[in-house]
Amino acid sequence: MAEQARIEDLHLVHVTKSFGTFTAVDDLSLTVPGGGFFALLGPSGCGKTTTLRMVAGLETPSEGQILLGDRDITTRRPYERSINTVFQSYALFPHLDIFENVAFGLRRQGVKGAEVEQRVNAVLELVELTALARRKPAQLSGGQQQRVAVARALVNRPDVLLLDEPLGALDLKLRRQMQIELKRIQSEVGTTFIHVTHDQEEAMTMADTIAVMNAGLIEQMGAPAEMYDLPRTAFVANFLGQSNLVHGQITGRDGADLLVRVPGGEVRLPANRAADDSGGLIIGVRPEKMRIAYKDEQNVNRVRGEVLDVSFTGVATQYTVETPWDPDRPVTVFELNDEGAPEVKAGDNVELVWEYGFTFGLDGDDDLDAGNELAAEAAEVAEAADAEDE
Amino acid sequence: MVAVLPSGGAKFEQARVGRRKSTPYLLLIPGLAWLTVFFLVPLFSLAQTSLMNARQPGNPDAGFLPGFNVANYSSAMQAYLEQYARSFEYAAMATVLALIIAYPLAYFIAFRSGRFKNFLLVLVVAPFFASFLIRTYAWRTILADDGFVTQFINNLGLLPDHRIIATPIAVVAGLTYNFLPFMTLPLYSSLEKIDVRLIEAAGDLYAKPFTGFRKVTVPLSLPGVVAGTLLTFIPAAGDYINAQLLGGPTDRMIGNVIDSQFIQIRDYPTAAAMSFVLLVTILVVVTVYVRRAGTEELL
Repeated sequence: MAEQARIEDLHLVHVTKSFGTFTAVDDLSLTVPGGGFFALLGPSGCGKTTTLRMVAGLETPSEGQILLGDRDITTRRPYERSINTVFQSYALFPHLDIFENVAFGLRRQGVKGAEVEQRVNAVLELVELTALARRKPAQLSGGQQQRVAVARALVNRPDVLLLDEPLGALDLKLRRQMQIELKRIQSEVGTTFIHVTHDQEEAMTMADTIAVMNAGLIEQMGAPAEMYDLPRTAFVANFLGQSNLVHGQITGRDGADLLVRVPGGEVRLPANRAADDSGGLIIGVRPEKMRIAYKDEQNVNRVRGEVLDVSFTGVATQYTVETPWDPDRPVTVFELNDEGAPEVKAGDNVELVWEYGFTFGLDGDDDLDAGNELAAEAAEVAEAADAEDE
Repeated sequence: MVAVLPSGGAKFEQARVGRRKSTPYLLLIPGLAWLTVFFLVPLFSLAQTSLMNARQPGNPDAGFLPGFNVANYSSAMQAYLEQYARSFEYAAMATVLALIIAYPLAYFIAFRSGRFKNFLLVLVVAPFFASFLIRTYAWRTILADDGFVTQFINNLGLLPDHRIIATPIAVVAGLTYNFLPFMTLPLYSSLEKIDVRLIEAAGDLYAKPFTGFRKVTVPLSLPGVVAGTLLTFIPAAGDYINAQLLGGPTDRMIGNVIDSQFIQIRDYPTAAAMSFVLLVTILVVVTVYVRRAGTEELL
């Protein structure tokens, strides 16, 4: 099934969508690489579903253009574009059996009997549902319905497959399984997948490219590991994983490194990891990059503090440490429980260290809390969805 | 103590389970009692009446004796076959017309009416605030020979008899009007339940709007179509008010026959036999229809 021809990129050019006075998507420009697994990640209400619906043709942009390769598809009706959607609620037709659900798009395109049969069977095999072809959707489990929804879209061999929070209704275990499954299907068929989700872990597991969206705008786009390593805004730093952030002032330069004064000390970071080379800068470091110093170490940033809380999670231990950076914003440290970390308990004074190269520098005007509350909310929503399924 | 407690607990559990099992049956009692007194007993009495012998043949005023006179059925059918057939003909026409009028109406209310939805639903049932009889009388005025409706349509040359009142058109129009809410409401409720995502999904899967309507909306609204047609057809087939008030002497339906046999001629066995034939015919028609529609699983 894999197409050898070059798969076209999808371009959104200065796309804006307003509903009355509310702007859901604000002057968005984006290129989705053809043949990849692309995730549009953001908290609920950030405009990601509206963006997806515009690509599907279910909404028309107020301004801007949507291009598939070099064809303008902005005003094409949904049935006129070779783009199919896996809906959040699956939207399987309850009056048709699984076979007919999957065959629906083919029949509408005028594909004839024997070919319909052959293509539907092939795609049912791909999602491992051949045995259930004559069942009705209501007789299937959530995970099976989800796979039917994927099959029903894929059978049309669309240029782009859109997935709108497709795993939201599944419980945690099934969700993990389907993540791997979807990834396998994508690499087998080679179609461009655009996956909308609020679950940053899901986006990082599945996607080749992630675009983090906030308030109708793209905050940052890139490969998951790159973005995690070097977030460019406080929102991304907080929403994609967790970060310890502190305001600082750039005081000078030492070779390729910048020197930044922060409350209670000085931090050094490579200049190419900083958003600016003078003035204010937000210093950030991931909790697992930090460790509690128990021997003399060179070439590391340091900060002293008092341990407020120790929580053991099995694989790792999480320390909450109050530092001079900001007494109201304690630093979080994840230590893997692998090398007999020092016996530390609440109330101890410790020194935290991390390598220069793990530090990142964000625009000094960013809000330290951007994305933070939202990350908590998204986690809550995901948990509530899990609880519902039990 | 220790030995006694568990067994006591088990007994208690048993009693509770027993009560839980009997609850549904207890809840059925009022309904069953009602049906027995006001449906089964009269039905039995009706069956008995339909088989009575006349004390003096040809003179109903002389009274009847209990018996087993099956011939009542054949003579009634012979005498009134015409009205019997006409009832189902008119009821079928009214049902089809009501479906044609009610489907777009229900569709509009369900999908396009926005904040006026509840208001429109109230309008649909508003006729019920006036009596069925009064409304049918009103139609006499509307369709009167010198009324503007008749004049207007007649001027278009569409009326062979140059009138509407006292013709089959008036009876079918009255039946359609009177049972329209019974068609509209079930249609509305089944259309309203359709997830709009399904219609979006049809469009996403290359169905043009009308194809999507045909392949998704219509099949999913079938339970409403079945319920609506039954709720219209059954009462329309047995109705006599519309034929009496709007129809002429040649438009009489089975209901009018039963009415006059019971109330005026007092030939109770014939009236009862006709009632039974009507009842059984409707039962058969409905059963075949529901089977054919294949909507048992959707209902």
